[in-house]
Parts: sequence; C-alpha cells; structure tokens
Amino acid sequence: MSALTVTNARIVDPASGFDGVGSLRVEDGKIAAIAPGLPAAGTSGEVVDAKGLVLAPGLIDMRVFTGEPGREYRETLQSAGEAAAAGGVTSFVAMPDTQPVIDDGALVDYLLRRASATCKVNVLPAAAITKGLNGEEITEFGLLKEFGAVCFSDGRRSIQSSALLRAAFSYAANFDMPIMHHVADYGLIGDGVVNEGLFATVLGLKGIPAEAETIPLARDLQLAALTGVRYHAAQISTGLAVAIMANEKQQSKNVTCGVSINNLSLNENDVGSYRTFFKLSPPLRSEDDRRAIVEGLKSGVIDVIHSDHDPQDTEVKRQPFAEASDGAIGLETLLAAALRLVHSRDVDLMTVLRAMTQRPAEILGLPSGRLAVGAPADFILVDLDYPWQVKEGELHSRSHNTSFEAARLAGKVMATYVGGRKVHEFEGARA
Amino acid sequence: MAQSVRPAGTGSDNGQPVRRPPFPHRNLLGISQLDQHDIADLLLRAEAMIPISRQPRKVLPTLTGKTQINLFFEPSTRTQASFEIAGKRLGALVVNMSVKTSSVTKGETLIDTAATLNAMQPDVIIVRHPASGAVELLSQKVGCSVINAGDGAHEHPTQALLDALTIRQHKGRLAGLTVAICGDIANSRVARSNLLLLGAMQVRTRVIAPRTLLPKGIENLATEVFTDMEEGLKGADVVMMLRLQHERANGRMIPSVREYYRFYGLDAEKLALANPDAIVMHPGPMNRGVEIDPAIADGNRSVITDQVEMGVAVRMAVLDALLAEPSQVKS
Repeated sequence: MSALTVTNARIVDPASGFDGVGSLRVEDGKIAAIAPGLPAAGTSGEVVDAKGLVLAPGLIDMRVFTGEPGREYRETLQSAGEAAAAGGVTSFVAMPDTQPVIDDGALVDYLLRRASATCKVNVLPAAAITKGLNGEEITEFGLLKEFGAVCFSDGRRSIQSSALLRAAFSYAANFDMPIMHHVADYGLIGDGVVNEGLFATVLGLKGIPAEAETIPLARDLQLAALTGVRYHAAQISTGLAVAIMANEKQQSKNVTCGVSINNLSLNENDVGSYRTFFKLSPPLRSEDDRRAIVEGLKSGVIDVIHSDHDPQDTEVKRQPFAEASDGAIGLETLLAAALRLVHSRDVDLMTVLRAMTQRPAEILGLPSGRLAVGAPADFILVDLDYPWQVKEGELHSRSHNTSFEAARLAGKVMATYVGGRKVHEFEGARA
Repeated sequence: MAQSVRPAGTGSDNGQPVRRPPFPHRNLLGISQLDQHDIADLLLRAEAMIPISRQPRKVLPTLTGKTQINLFFEPSTRTQASFEIAGKRLGALVVNMSVKTSSVTKGETLIDTAATLNAMQPDVIIVRHPASGAVELLSQKVGCSVINAGDGAHEHPTQALLDALTIRQHKGRLAGLTVAICGDIANSRVARSNLLLLGAMQVRTRVIAPRTLLPKGIENLATEVFTDMEEGLKGADVVMMLRLQHERANGRMIPSVREYYRFYGLDAEKLALANPDAIVMHPGPMNRGVEIDPAIADGNRSVITDQVEMGVAVRMAVLDALLAEPSQVKS
C-alpha cells in the first residue's frame, strides 16, 4: 500500500464547503481521510508539510484543444499534460477537433491509450457530435460512450441545423450523455472577427454582434427542453446570454454553461493594435459584458470556467488580424488568471474553485473534483499570493500564443497530484 | 491656386534658409497617429510641393539615392501611379510590385514578402492591403519607413491629407467648415481617415448612409449621422461622395443600384440643398449613375481632378517628410 499524508494545509473544498486547516491522507491513489486540525499520531508513509498552502481539488478543464493526433507540432497530449500539471489542471476534456476527428470509438480508444502512455494528467475525450464535424450526420453516441467518451461536442464548430440538433439532443438523452455545444450563428458572424461596436469600427474590422451567440443559445435551450438532454453551452460571452441562461435555469436543472477565462478576465480593448493572440471565438466583448459574466459566475448562472486552451503556431497567428486563426493557450494560466477575481474581491475563492472543480465533475459525472473519502486523490497545493509574470518562453505548452503574455499574476500552483502521485512541483518553490 | 511657390524648407522671404523641424514619425500608418500640428505641417509641406509638378522640369531631388517600393496587394491605378510619380519627381528609385493574393496564401505572402524586400535595403515601402492592420503588421517586420496606401476598412491617410489640401485650396481654410461624407461608410477607409483628420482640424463632419452601410458606434466618433441625404446635405460646404462596391452590396446591404441612386446618389436636386458654393469630391474611381450623376461629377462644382493633382503633392510631401535628410535640403 502506498500512502501519503499532507499536513498543515488550508483545505478548500467547494463540494463540501469546507475551508479550514487540516490534513489529507491518501492511500492507493484515493483519498482515505480528511481531518480538520492536526493529523492523528501514527500516520504511515510519506508526510508532506503544506506549510499553510491551500489544498484544493485538482482543476477539471472542460475545453482543451491539443494537436494530437494530426498537428503534433502545435501540442501533443504529453506537452498539454505538462502545461496542465503546471497549471494545477488534473483532468481535461480533449476536444475532438483533431486530424482525424475523434468521431469513432476506435479513435476514443486510441486517444485514451496515448494519454495513459504519455500524459501526466487525466484526459477525458469529448467525441464529435457529427461525423468529421460536418454538421450533417450524428456519430455513434452509444459506442463512443462505451469506449470512454465523456460528452459530445463539435468543438470549435457550431451546428446550424435545428433539426439535426434536435436529433442529436434526443439521441444523447437516450444514452444519458451531456452535449457541449459552441453557440454561433455563422450567418450573423459573416466576416466578423471582433466584438461589434465602436472599437471594431475604429479598427476597420468587421464586428460580431451579441445576437450571433444569443439566438443559437435560445434555440438550443428550447431544444434541450424539448428533448430532455443534459445541455452545456460551451462558452458564452455576453451579458444578454447570461440573462437568457438565468431565465432558463429557473425552469430547468438540465442546462448549464461555461465561460472561457479569456472572456472572464479580458475585454475587446485588449486587442489593442490588431494583436492576434487576442483573436478568439467567441470574441472578447465589451467591459459591460465582462462585468455581467463576473456577476453570472457569482450568482451561479455560469457553472464552469475553462481555459479554452487552443495552441496555434506563429504561422497562423502572425497574420493580418482578419486572416489569423482564433485561439489562445491557457492551461497554465487558468488558475492564476481566475484568482485575479479573488484578489480584486469580485468573487470569493470558493466560487472560483467550484467552477473549475465541483461543477465540471457534476456535469460530466466524474468522481473527482472534490475532496471526499474514496474520491481519486487529484489535488493541488497553491500559494494564492505568489507573484509571477507570464513569459511565453517559460510556459510548458508547445505553442506560445498566450493572451496573458507579460501579465503580472498572483497565485501559483506549488504542487500537483494525480491519483496521489506528484506530477508537478514548482521549481521556485524550494527557494 | 497655390499660395506658395517654394519647395519644402528651401528658404524664407529674407533669403535666410529655414529648416522645418524634422517630422516626428518614421512611418505614416494612419491619421490616428498624427496630431493637429503634424497634419498642419504635412499640409504646408504639400502646398510647397504643388508648383514642382506645374513647372516644366518637374523635379526636386531631395530623395536622390533612395529606394521606394510600391507594394500593392490590391489592384489600384491612381494611388499607385500617384506614389510612383511623387517618388520619381523627388529623385527616388521607384519599384512597383503588385502581389496577387489568393485567400490561402495572403498573409504568408505578406510576412514573407516583407522579410524579402527588407533584405534589399529599401528606404520606404508603400503598402496597400485588403486586411485592416496589415500595413502596421508589415511595418513591424521591416527596418525602413512604411506608408499606408490603404489597409482594409481601416485607414488611407494620404487620401485624407489630399482631401484636406484640396478643401483648403478651394475654401482657404479648414476650421469651421461642414463636410458631409456620403455612401458606404461601413467599408470605407477613406471615411475613417477623413473623420479623424477633419475632426483634428476642427471641421464639422457628417456621415450620410443607409443604416445597412453605417458601422456600429459611428455616432460616438464625434460626427453627426444622417440616414436622410437631403437632411444631411443642408448647409454643407463640402460634399464628399464614396464609391459603392455595388457588386458586393447588391441584394445584401442595398436592394438595387437604382434604389440606392434614388436615395443616396448625388444629383443636382440634392446638391441644391448644400451651400451654394459647396464643392463636390470623390476619391475615385467613380461609379457614374450609382453614387453620382455624371453631370455633377463632371460639372463646375466638382473638384475631383484637383484631388488627383493634390494627391501627387501630398505624397511628395509625405515622402520628403519621412525620408529627406536635412543636409540634402538646401536653399
């Protein structure tokens, strides 16, 4: 039996609501005991003195793109795992937008085998809703579930046909599997590349109106009600969408939504002078929208914060703004960027952590995301105030398209444990 | 028309050489980077350039030994010719490059071409590109001056400068005038640069367009917004028409050319609502019968060919301001 005891930690567990000094005991990769106060005498195995660091469940990131298989030069499961471990993410949902697309049971199996051989953290495959992400024919939901898919998503793509969505929702409900859908109306987006408004007008860039998100969101919520599917709007970005979700949540327990850390902590002005690392989908919105998103997180309307980690190489990013690819990496900066809201006293620590631990676990039906006896020993030790500056060259991801380059952040993951095994330790921590 | 017959910085009335302070920018990427003094300085320099092009020997060799590359990713006749003539009259070696862009290789071509051209040690690259911000991106990749000859729907600074020069030549001033800009505001870099420049020079501006061709937030840009052209033209000193890309707009942004012409085309009846001495401008190329009545375009209120002439003067002034070394400017 392998055993580990972490003592003298500030244990913060959103699922139980516990926030206090205590110790945590791990046996055989699972949490064996959680004790407030000092540890009982006679603990066997390794003992780690946390010296007052926060001990929280490992983060579950619900939206991560890698380049494996097909675009390994952007990111492999291994390099994504390094970035995740350094950022305190112990499980991530791998989006199906790879080459080939994860739309077949054998590919889910392949992904899980590659992950267990090369990746430090848990990889949770999201399988495609439609074959090849073509938006036309649904995949084999039942078989994909048997092979280990945790949810269905068309990744960056948004399905435009209401009839197809109805069929997909209905069939997913049949297998009690959640659908995670990116809401975007391509007709309204048109050639748009940034938030519609004065800022876009001044830069001479085509704008994307809020309605390009709220119209498909409203449609999806009605179809979710019609079919009874567990529906998760992958990411919303506007105040109007928060209001629509708030209203729907009064009627239904089956609908949830997420927000990207980018939309939570940045706004359209960060695009500045055509900086393509801030070209994202959905686009960065106005500061009013961002404030509404923060309020939505506080009130519980927004369930999940994710990184929307999307590695892109310089070839597709060093382009004129309208021609550059969307996306930014974020696994490693997710927690520290989210802690900005805690340090600014906008949101309390428990709420921020809940959106990255307990809620994703509940939506995906995972045993992790909480510090409970019997749960997997996936946890992190965090110094909430440790100051650091983001330097793209020091991040573990294979791509460097961070939207937090040079940002000064407070909060660093000092150690990350997956299944009771330490997979990351911050090198500066011993100094 | 011209007030001055003296090339930039070549002397004063009492015969003593005067030297303008050096122009404080390496590039001209947009009007947004200029303040009122920069703009006034460039207009003065341009006024001094006008006579050069009217004399028999059209040459002021301040840029001898300099290399100018015209890099056009979008077809253009007049702007490219204007920059070429401006450079040649100043004695620069001018190379024209027109780059055909396919949707797949656009940006790749931009960055790669920038690096390649930079290695040839040019002194200035003049760039037109269909994507907003592309010229600024290119300027970060080269070690020489860069002039924006139009980037997407963002800016076209030399057009705004030549428009201002034309207005000043005809009206004797800028401050206090009312300029109405009519047409496809949403997709126009000319409109954006003009709004910035005219605003900086205390000119009252109006934009006139159907709602489908007005970009969101335009009302916050210190301009008056009109959807009724007749209302918008009342009391205007200058009517600035824009080209409608009707092939692209037809059926989406406007229902038809004839409907557009009925409500937003400039004809004698609508022009009669502007001030009696109002002038008519157009950046070209014109769609006669789409946005403007041929009789107006070619009539006595039109200053459209003057704009073309001022274009050469403005581009000479900009090139001179960015590139001429003080030691080369002698009386």
